[in-house]
Amino acid sequence: MLNVSLPPKPSNLDAGQSAQPSPAKLAVRNLNFYYGKFHAIKNINVSIRPNTVTAFIGPSGCGKSTLLRVFNRIYDMYPGQRAEGEVLLDGENILDPRSFPKLRAKVGMVFQKPTPFPMSIYENIAFGIRLYEKLSRSEMDDRVRHALIGSGLWHEVEGKLNQSALRLSGGQQQRLCIARALAIKPEILLLDEPCSALDPISTAKIEELMYRSKEDCTLIIVTHNMQQAARASEFTAFMLNGELIEVSETTQIFTKPSDKRTEDYITGRFG
Amino acid sequence: MNWVIVRRRLVDVVSKVLMGLTTVVGVFFLLWIMWTTLRFGIAGMHWDLFTKDTPPPGADGFGLRNAFVGSLMLLGLSLLIGVPVGLMAGTWLAEYGFRGRTANTVRFINDIMLSAPSIEIGLFAYAIVVGPMGHFSALAGSLALAILMIPIIVRTTDEMLSLVSNDVREAAIALGAPNSVVVTRVTWRAARAGIITGVLIGLARITGETAPLLFTALNNQYFTTNIFSPMANLPMVIFQFALSPYTNWQQMAWAASFITVLFVLVLSILARSLAGRVHVQK
Repeated sequence: MLNVSLPPKPSNLDAGQSAQPSPAKLAVRNLNFYYGKFHAIKNINVSIRPNTVTAFIGPSGCGKSTLLRVFNRIYDMYPGQRAEGEVLLDGENILDPRSFPKLRAKVGMVFQKPTPFPMSIYENIAFGIRLYEKLSRSEMDDRVRHALIGSGLWHEVEGKLNQSALRLSGGQQQRLCIARALAIKPEILLLDEPCSALDPISTAKIEELMYRSKEDCTLIIVTHNMQQAARASEFTAFMLNGELIEVSETTQIFTKPSDKRTEDYITGRFG
Repeated sequence: MNWVIVRRRLVDVVSKVLMGLTTVVGVFFLLWIMWTTLRFGIAGMHWDLFTKDTPPPGADGFGLRNAFVGSLMLLGLSLLIGVPVGLMAGTWLAEYGFRGRTANTVRFINDIMLSAPSIEIGLFAYAIVVGPMGHFSALAGSLALAILMIPIIVRTTDEMLSLVSNDVREAAIALGAPNSVVVTRVTWRAARAGIITGVLIGLARITGETAPLLFTALNNQYFTTNIFSPMANLPMVIFQFALSPYTNWQQMAWAASFITVLFVLVLSILARSLAGRVHVQK
């Protein structure tokens, strides 16, 4: 099968390593995932290169969101969900319960629906920082300002930092959530269909923000929107029924996919 | 006209008249009760009610200071016992118990407690506090009232926390927040208006409870803030004074019931306005 073809020939599944021998930031090895008895992810292997944007595309229910939820082990919250295999972050397996007590400081996540906390804009950003650092009021002010400037939200919220975050527009809320995740300086940022509830202008702003964030962080985005994958990512992975069909450079996937199923999906024959 | 249409018209008119009549009957009695309370209550209003203690039987004058303070203390103490217990139990149900067997059993028992006869709760407090202590006390009264209030707080806390979107919980966990922080700083905050509404409804429920106080706090002719002794309170004042032969005592009973109704009304309005905000927040 696809995933055992790794050692003999340069596999197109190892996009990060085949293009250039830089070490993978995140390497998934023989990953399987189960919701109770349902086998949602079937033996996936993939490597993600540092400081890039990798997009996961595929029809609904193909397991792409599930895969993302393995990367920060958030599935842990729910009994009955379990992962087998390895997910190596800088070479260390995050699925090993002994490793990374502070995994989520390194791997941030942004959700489909904006999830501002019911508190002020300022407190939303400070919430995450406070979990890891004890800062004085002025240092905290600085960090919050930086996070908001970085997310391009500063000019829109300057002067109303103490207002409830719930009063922002959907796009602003989503950028606030990204700013909140980036404020704790994660090494990887997971984005689970971050723009599916947003208008095109807000979407453009978020894609721009993703582009800028690449300098400090590795981004992995799940999207239903193929144009978005084409615009915003350097690598694209296509998933179908819990399997990873194909990974390669985005331009290649969208112009010359090597698998018939990828081509069918991209040209809109199904999904 | 067609027979079917005639019959439908007829049924329509008859049922509308019946509905109108029953509404009038219900509202009529409600207004009558309110009017009577208002009329006699205002007639019994007197400044001395708030500044003086109950006059001895047969003596002239007014005074309910001991009962006002006593009632407030009983309610305060009940909140002190009931809110932490109710809040914690409700939080456990919503945040940890989910729809599991244990949680659903607790919910079922809680629902039974919601409609438990209050006199029975009073008897329980009598048996476990008054009996061993050897005398009536405000503490026993507060315990009985707290037990009546807890199921209401448990239920609303559980329901309000269940309304908080799971995405918000996941977002907090994805930032690395431990469960304790997620609950205390995020989900409680999101459900705050609803939880406070539950507490207010619980408070309104126990404000007028008399039966559990019969065997617990009893009543007291004198002013006291000692929670280990019997304590004056408005419901018992209403009960005892209304049945007394002294006109000034009877007037005080009306005044006490008027103020109790007013207090419950204010609580209900507060609870309603807060409950209105719950939906805005969602």
